[in-house]
Amino acid sequence: MLIAQNISFAIIAAVMIVGAIRVVTTSNVVHGALWLVVVLAGAAAQYVLLAAEFVAVTQVLVYIGAVMVLFLFGTMLTRSRIGRDSGLNNTYWKLGIPVALALFAAMAIALVDSFGSEKMPADGAIVNTQQISDQIFGPYLLPFWALSFVLLAAVIGAIVLARKD
Amino acid sequence: MFAIDPMLNGELLWTPLVIVLLKVLAVFVTGLVATMLMVWFERKVISGMQNRIGPNKAGPFGLLQTLADGIKLFFKEDLIPERSDRFVFKLAPFLSFVPAFLSFAIIPLGGDFRDGNNGMVTWFGHTTRVQLADPPVGVLFALAISAIAVYGIMLAGWSSGSKYPLLGSVRASAQMVSYEAALGLSLGTVFLVTGTLSTSGIVAAQSSIGNWNVVATGVVPFVIFLIAATAELNRPPFDLVEAEQELVGGFNTEYSSIRFALFYLAEFMNTVTMSALIVTLFFGGPQPISFGGIVLDIPLVPNGLEGTIWLFAKVLVFLYIYVWLRATLPRFRYDQLMDLGWKVLIPASLGWFMLIAAQRLGRDQGWNTFVVTGVSVAVLGASYALLQAAFKVSAKQREAEGSMF
Repeated sequence: MLIAQNISFAIIAAVMIVGAIRVVTTSNVVHGALWLVVVLAGAAAQYVLLAAEFVAVTQVLVYIGAVMVLFLFGTMLTRSRIGRDSGLNNTYWKLGIPVALALFAAMAIALVDSFGSEKMPADGAIVNTQQISDQIFGPYLLPFWALSFVLLAAVIGAIVLARKD
Repeated sequence: MFAIDPMLNGELLWTPLVIVLLKVLAVFVTGLVATMLMVWFERKVISGMQNRIGPNKAGPFGLLQTLADGIKLFFKEDLIPERSDRFVFKLAPFLSFVPAFLSFAIIPLGGDFRDGNNGMVTWFGHTTRVQLADPPVGVLFALAISAIAVYGIMLAGWSSGSKYPLLGSVRASAQMVSYEAALGLSLGTVFLVTGTLSTSGIVAAQSSIGNWNVVATGVVPFVIFLIAATAELNRPPFDLVEAEQELVGGFNTEYSSIRFALFYLAEFMNTVTMSALIVTLFFGGPQPISFGGIVLDIPLVPNGLEGTIWLFAKVLVFLYIYVWLRATLPRFRYDQLMDLGWKVLIPASLGWFMLIAAQRLGRDQGWNTFVVTGVSVAVLGASYALLQAAFKVSAKQREAEGSMF
């Protein structure tokens, strides 16, 4: 079973990497968004492999079902051209490379620091939704509230920006 | 690895694999046949309501009309517009067709749920459910799939490379995203009452009419879900996506031949699936109708099979309601559609969810029910007044600005 999981992980990871590269190299905005959908779907598939079904479904529901749909919606309203677009890269695109590397380093350090050589149990029981909610609304209640306030601020900000007066 | 089927725990043998494959086949064929009959049913019922005869030539009562239409579409020329995005244009029908079938996989299609049985049946010495998969996240899976279904319509319109399909698909995505929120929020109450996300668990909790979620959650979530589901399906009166008087044909204008048939099939398949989901969530799915200990039992039929008959009967009622709505109601105007979604359905489902949650909490803590109800109604009333005040302010400002267009 574990071998099958490792093989699946490798295949999905490869697809995700190809997708991620295509997001930034493709010359069509809508195609870029679709490649991003491939990457996000790959992440959801990885969650399923880790027996985290709830997280996987939430990933699909929120990122693929809402965020990317709104992305595409916005793109279609503004520039819906079919075919190649020129001038998609702005002149500062090289700045993105160190930022991406720094983010990667920060996340890698955080992961290694908190889990180290800890391993998931091979026959791990499936974490059900109730356990997740017990965690969120128990020990992690404060970070959850903080996140909610960030989202609320973003919503209010969007409304303020969209208003004409 | 996955708790979707008790049969798959333990050693993997050949028989469970064959049973799963048979189930996949059965679900797929049931879906296709149901869709075919649904198309016929809709045309026949609508023609009855409009005082026409409807399809009556192909087969008895015109039953084979859909099949004939399908074969005809197969042999038509397959056009790809010159200015289209070819790959996405070919991909879009499948993105619409596949999700329609996927959500059918989690619906309990039968089984014995009465007397505390949880819907298990034994086939060839293996205990399993009459449902393809029973993931612990059940209904969320259906919501995720219906979120993915937007892509088919949206990309079809965009990749056609012409204006009317694009307008149709932009409308579609706006509409589906707006109503998905109401759809999910109204389900929150169901989860709250049953305490589980899995479809079989939800069915098992609805043993008699008093326990049916439509009663247990107080009708409001069901009404909201029905309206939001109709909008999600793009069926009349919410069919602005393919408003033929305004948009030629909507997102599928440039499609022909089998690609068009796939869209058509997906649309009707979604109607069947959504009706089955409504029955599962609110009307006890394959549970027989029972009231106060009296069970309406169909004699001579084993209980497991009886579930399927009950499910079929209940789904048929909702399919009829969908057709009825189509024949009766005129199409919404676009701003009315958005107003209904954002200003009525979402606040209403949120408010009702809070009300039920307060009731549950009050019961667990042993608070006085009347006080809890009074306080929650007062809070809801205050929120409603605030919301109305906000609408009034925004309407006044819009008037001051003059019309937008």
